[in-house]
Amino acid sequence: MTTNTATTTELAVSAHGLVKTFGDLRAVDGVDLEVRRGEVFGVLGPNGAGKTTMLQMLATLLPMDGGRAEIFGVDVKQHPHVVRQLVGVTGQYASVDENLTARENLFLFGRLLGLEKKKARATGEELLGRFGLTDAGDKQISQFSGGMRRRLDLAASLIHRPPLIFLDEPTTGLDPRTRGQMWDTIRELVAQGCTVLLTTQYLDEADQLADRIAVIDRGNKVAEGTPDQLKSQVGSSTLQLRLLDPAQTGQAVDVVRRVVGEEPVLTPEAGGINVPLPDANRAADVLIGLREQELLITSATVQKPTLDEVFMALTGHAAEESPEDNMANDEMEAAR
Amino acid sequence: MTTLLSPTVDETVTATTHVGAQDLPARPSVRDTVSQSLAMAWRATKKMRRNPEQFFDVTIQPLLFTAMFAYIFGGAISGSVKDYLPIIIPGILAQTALTACMATGIQLREDMDKGVFDRFKSLPIARIAPLAGPAIADLLRYGTAATLTILTGLAMGYRPGGGFLGVLAGWLLTIVAGWSLAWIFTWLGTIARSAQAVQGISMMIMFPLTFLSNAFVPSSTLPGWLRAFVQVNPVSHVVTAVRDLTNEGHVTAQVGWALLGCAVVVAIFLPLSVRSYSRKM
Repeated sequence: MTTNTATTTELAVSAHGLVKTFGDLRAVDGVDLEVRRGEVFGVLGPNGAGKTTMLQMLATLLPMDGGRAEIFGVDVKQHPHVVRQLVGVTGQYASVDENLTARENLFLFGRLLGLEKKKARATGEELLGRFGLTDAGDKQISQFSGGMRRRLDLAASLIHRPPLIFLDEPTTGLDPRTRGQMWDTIRELVAQGCTVLLTTQYLDEADQLADRIAVIDRGNKVAEGTPDQLKSQVGSSTLQLRLLDPAQTGQAVDVVRRVVGEEPVLTPEAGGINVPLPDANRAADVLIGLREQELLITSATVQKPTLDEVFMALTGHAAEESPEDNMANDEMEAAR
Repeated sequence: MTTLLSPTVDETVTATTHVGAQDLPARPSVRDTVSQSLAMAWRATKKMRRNPEQFFDVTIQPLLFTAMFAYIFGGAISGSVKDYLPIIIPGILAQTALTACMATGIQLREDMDKGVFDRFKSLPIARIAPLAGPAIADLLRYGTAATLTILTGLAMGYRPGGGFLGVLAGWLLTIVAGWSLAWIFTWLGTIARSAQAVQGISMMIMFPLTFLSNAFVPSSTLPGWLRAFVQVNPVSHVVTAVRDLTNEGHVTAQVGWALLGCAVVVAIFLPLSVRSYSRKM
């Protein structure tokens, strides 16, 4: 029992060769994942990439079709009850009880987790306060906004103070302000020593929160590293150009190659050219180069790389939902 | 890190549980299971209070069916409504208990499609708690149905020979039978794809069970092949047992058979329900 203790317990999550199939579709196709204690680990990928399925397997919500996983050294398949005590899960869609008020929800979950009535009430009150929901405590959940639901959902995941928290797309569908609040809350959790495994579709979210990121595409892990490492693969920013005359695209590409030494990405729209830049200030060089050749543009913008560009760089295809991915979602629904 | 966890000590630490998790129990204790089930029952009663339409089938139906069946069949079967009441009241008791427990399965299915069940599944709680909670809360529904049926009968002139204790025993047996049979529908709720499917299948089970029994007519009037089915139908045993209790005040062998039948149903369908619910995750 003690031989590999020292190494395994350094890891909050250790998964090898995770597989989940829905019919012919391999939703998760042999993914390895290692999350260290105390870090925020981001799983980045488009809709239907298999992020949620992976999380659900690790949280004992879906049986694994292959591979093995340990949470703090506890085997997920063999000891699901222990794993459930170690993990707090906040789902993509708020999983709180619509029939109850916020206060009643937290009381119920507290009671289910073995708290005495008094303690369950006190813990609920404390969490309502911490998540700014005290005034809304007696409201029906149906009157809650999306952000309030997410906050209540996260609060419910924290009742038994789990050392590991799974957040499945915690900010999808939230407005920017609420999103920022959610980020602050997640940072607080980490400051208190929690380990966080989160999935997201947004590179900037992973960038803001995660210490390390795994990029998932069609059930496979295509890259892993710190946000900086990932971004350096696509340049620190992108210059998006639109030419006045699409016929001059070839000439413009030559200019770009000569000036920044990078291969530009052509967008499907006529005359669209995306140039990865090692440094945002090099944009001016490209523009000057185009002017010297009398290549006219209609617009030019400099942007940070988007998930799409990271994807394009890593996989050679766009981060779009494919029809099979939609099928995966449907089948996942059916399997629940 | 471990200080964050509630330090519940468990003797049966297995070889694969490592540092940081070794003081956590490998499965919920019986005490935890009971308190978790009661917490789920509390949730179910809150839900009932906010959705009073859940009580329609156990309030309106007993009133309507008792009056309707007594006045329609009374003269034809027993010569008068008053003479029919001792036959029909126990019959309606069994029927309303069955309808009420059919709703248990449908509501469970509806409930399971909601997001909160994802959380229940992710919590370290006994897998039976989300099923047992509504089952406990539904005792209220069976109790309401049985009470209203008996009161309607009394108002129509039913004078049970078994006295207060006999009626009380019949009332209790009805609730026990409803609770036990509900596990069949709970199981259906865990295997069916939608609430509509549960409703459809439940109807197919409920109608033969209630009408092909001695609930409304004496089985002696039926053709031989039908009588054979009626006599093995567990609902018939429950109806006869309730009649013996309320009308005679006797604890007969039928009561024993009815209770045994209930126990068998629970013994089969409770584990099946928990198994299929755990698999669904």
